[in-house]
Amino acid sequence: MQLITTLLAVTLGAGTSLLYATLGEIYTERAGILNLGVEGMMMMGALSAFTVSFYTGSLILAIVVAMLIGGAMALIHAFLCITMRANQVVSGLSITLFGTGLASYLGQRLGPASNGKNLVGMTASSFTDYSIPFLEDIPILSAFFNQDILTYALFLIVPIAWIYMYKTRSGLTLRAVGEDPRTAAAMGISVSKVRYIYTVIGGMLVGLGGAHLTLGYTPGWSENVTGGRGWIVIALVIFAGWNPGRAIFGAVLFGGINAIQFRLQAAGTVIPASFLNMAPYIVTVIVLTVMTLLGRKKRGKFSPPAALGTSFSIEDK
Amino acid sequence: MRMVHYKNKRIVLEKREARSGKILFIVPIISFIVSLVLGAVVLAASGANPFSTYFYMARGAFGSWVGFTETLVKAIPLILTGLGVTIAFKLRFWNIGAEGQLVFGAIGTAWVMIFWTFLPVQMLLPIALLVGMTAGALWAGIAAVLKAKWGVDETLTTLMMNYIAILFAEYLYYGPWRDPDGYGFPGTKAFPREAWLPRIAGRAHWGLVIALAAAVILWFVLYKTKWGFEIKMIGLNQRAARCQGVNIQRNIILVLLVSGALSGLAGAVEVTAVQHRLMKGIDMGYGFTAIIVAWMAQLNPFAAVLVALIMAGLLVGGDQIQMMMGLPASMGLVLQGLLLFPLLAGTIFSDYRLRVVKQEEVEQCS
Repeated sequence: MQLITTLLAVTLGAGTSLLYATLGEIYTERAGILNLGVEGMMMMGALSAFTVSFYTGSLILAIVVAMLIGGAMALIHAFLCITMRANQVVSGLSITLFGTGLASYLGQRLGPASNGKNLVGMTASSFTDYSIPFLEDIPILSAFFNQDILTYALFLIVPIAWIYMYKTRSGLTLRAVGEDPRTAAAMGISVSKVRYIYTVIGGMLVGLGGAHLTLGYTPGWSENVTGGRGWIVIALVIFAGWNPGRAIFGAVLFGGINAIQFRLQAAGTVIPASFLNMAPYIVTVIVLTVMTLLGRKKRGKFSPPAALGTSFSIEDK
Repeated sequence: MRMVHYKNKRIVLEKREARSGKILFIVPIISFIVSLVLGAVVLAASGANPFSTYFYMARGAFGSWVGFTETLVKAIPLILTGLGVTIAFKLRFWNIGAEGQLVFGAIGTAWVMIFWTFLPVQMLLPIALLVGMTAGALWAGIAAVLKAKWGVDETLTTLMMNYIAILFAEYLYYGPWRDPDGYGFPGTKAFPREAWLPRIAGRAHWGLVIALAAAVILWFVLYKTKWGFEIKMIGLNQRAARCQGVNIQRNIILVLLVSGALSGLAGAVEVTAVQHRLMKGIDMGYGFTAIIVAWMAQLNPFAAVLVALIMAGLLVGGDQIQMMMGLPASMGLVLQGLLLFPLLAGTIFSDYRLRVVKQEEVEQCS
C-alpha cells in the first residue's frame, strides 16, 4: 500500500513537467503549427528558471522568466513558419538544436566564479511538497495531496484548458484555424494572428514544464536535464489525440514509467540500467504505432488537425 | 494578411514563376554572416569578447596544418551523415535518427572487429565496414517500415531510436563487451592494429576519400538516374508521383536503407579510424549537426561536403576556445544552431519576391 502511494506520488511529480509541456504543444498544434522545438524550449526554460532562482531566490520570478524565454523561442518559430512560411519540421528542429546548445553554453557561463562559472552542482531554492491537511491521510489518494504547488495548479489548469478548447468561442476559433484555415479566414478570423498567439502560449507552457524539472522534480541543473522529455511530449500530444483532457493519461503513463524505473534501480535488479533507461523511448515507439493504427480506424477521434504543419496565406490560390 | 501598410501602397509577397537559383546560393552565405553576428551578441552578453573568440576559433580550425587535419577528421562523419540525411529529406522523410544509425554502424563494426577472429586480419576492415553499413541501414529500416506500412510519424520514431541505440551501446561497453584489461575504462578492447583504417595526412584518414566518393555517387544517383528522379518527385508531390505509378512504400524503405547505411558508414569509419574501439563518447552529436549540413546545403551532395567542412570548423574552433580562453566548447553548437534561423527566413525569397503594390491593384486581385 505504502509502495503504491509512493510510486503514485513520484509518478505525479514526474508527470507534471510533461503535462505542462503537452498542454502547450496541444494548443500550438491545434492552431495548425507543428513545433518540434519542445526539447530546446524545455531545456532553456529549465536553465533560465534555475538561474533566476539561484540568483534571486524568487520562485515566482523564476517561473515567469522561464515562461517568457519559452514564449520568446516559440515566437521565433512562429515568425519563421507563419510570416516567412518556412518548413515547420526544420524550423522546430533548429529551435531544439539552438536551445540545447545555448543551454549547455550558458550553463557553463552563468554560474558563480567560485564554481568556474559553472551552474552544475549548485543548489537553488526550489518548490517543496505541501501536504493538504486531512486529505493527506486518505490511503493511496494521499499521493495527490502531497505535491508541490505547480502540480496542484494542474488540477485546475487541465479542466480549464479542456473547457476553453471545446466550450468557448475562442476555442472554436482555434480549432477552426487548425482544421481549415481557408474557411476560418473566410469567416473573418485572422489566421496568422491566432497561430501566433497559440504558438507563443504553447511555448510559455513548455518553458514552465522545463522550470518544473529544475525547480521541482529533480532540483538542480545538469546538462542533460530534459533527457528527451521534449520529444516524448510530441508523442504524448498524439497519444492524447490533441485533447487537453486526455493528456493526463499520457503524462501519468510516462511519469509512471519514470517512477518504476527509479524504484527498480534503487532496489537493484538483474536488468541492466541501460535497458531500464530505454523503457520510455521504446514505449513511445510502441504507443505511437498503436495510436497511428487507432487513428486510421476511428477517423476524427485520434487524427491530427487537418492543417497541421501547413503554411497558409490568403493570397495563395 | 502578410502585407505591411505603407501609406496607400503595401508590400506583398508574390510567387515567382520559377525558383530563383541565385537566391538559393546567396541565402546560405548571408545566413552564415548573420549567424556570426547573432553569435557575437550571445558572446558579448555572456561576458566574452566576440572578436578574439572568433579569431581563435578560425585560427584553431583552419589556421594551421594540424588544426586543418583535425577539422577534416570531424568533417568526415559530418559529410557521411549529412549525405544520409540529404537523401531522406529529398523524399520529405524526416529522418532525424542519423545519430542512432551512426551508433549502430559503430556497434556492427565493433562486433566484427572483436568477435570475427576466424577471419584473416586483412579481411576484417572491409567486412567490418560493410557490416557497420548494414547495421545502420537496418536500424533506419525499422522506422521506414513503420512509416511505409502504417504511416507512423517518422520524426518521433527515428528520434526515439537514437536514444535506444545510444543506451544499447552504453550497455555493451559498460557490460559484456568491456575490455577486461581496461582498468574499468568504458570501452571495448582495441581492434587489431592491422585492421585500422589508415591515415593520409596528420590525423586525417582514408575516411575522407570514402566520404567524397559517397558524395559523388549520391549526386549521380539523385541527379542522373531515374530512381533519383522518382525520389525527387515523391518529395515534391507524393500524390502526383503515385499517379505516375511510382511505388511510394518501396521507395521509402529503399531510400531509408541507403540513408541509414551512409550514417552507419560514418560510425564504422569513426571507430576504425579514430577511436579504434567502441567506447564512451561515440554519440558525439554528428547525427544532429547532419540536419544542419543537409538543409544549409539545400540538399545538394556537393554543397553538403562544403557545409560539413564549415560545421567541423565550428566544432574544432569550439574546442580551441575552450583550451585557449576557457570558454565552453558548446559555443560551436550555439553558432550551428543559429545558422538555420536566417536560412529558414531567407529561403522564402527563392519562391517569392517582394513587390510594392498600390492599394487598388490588390483589391482587384482579391
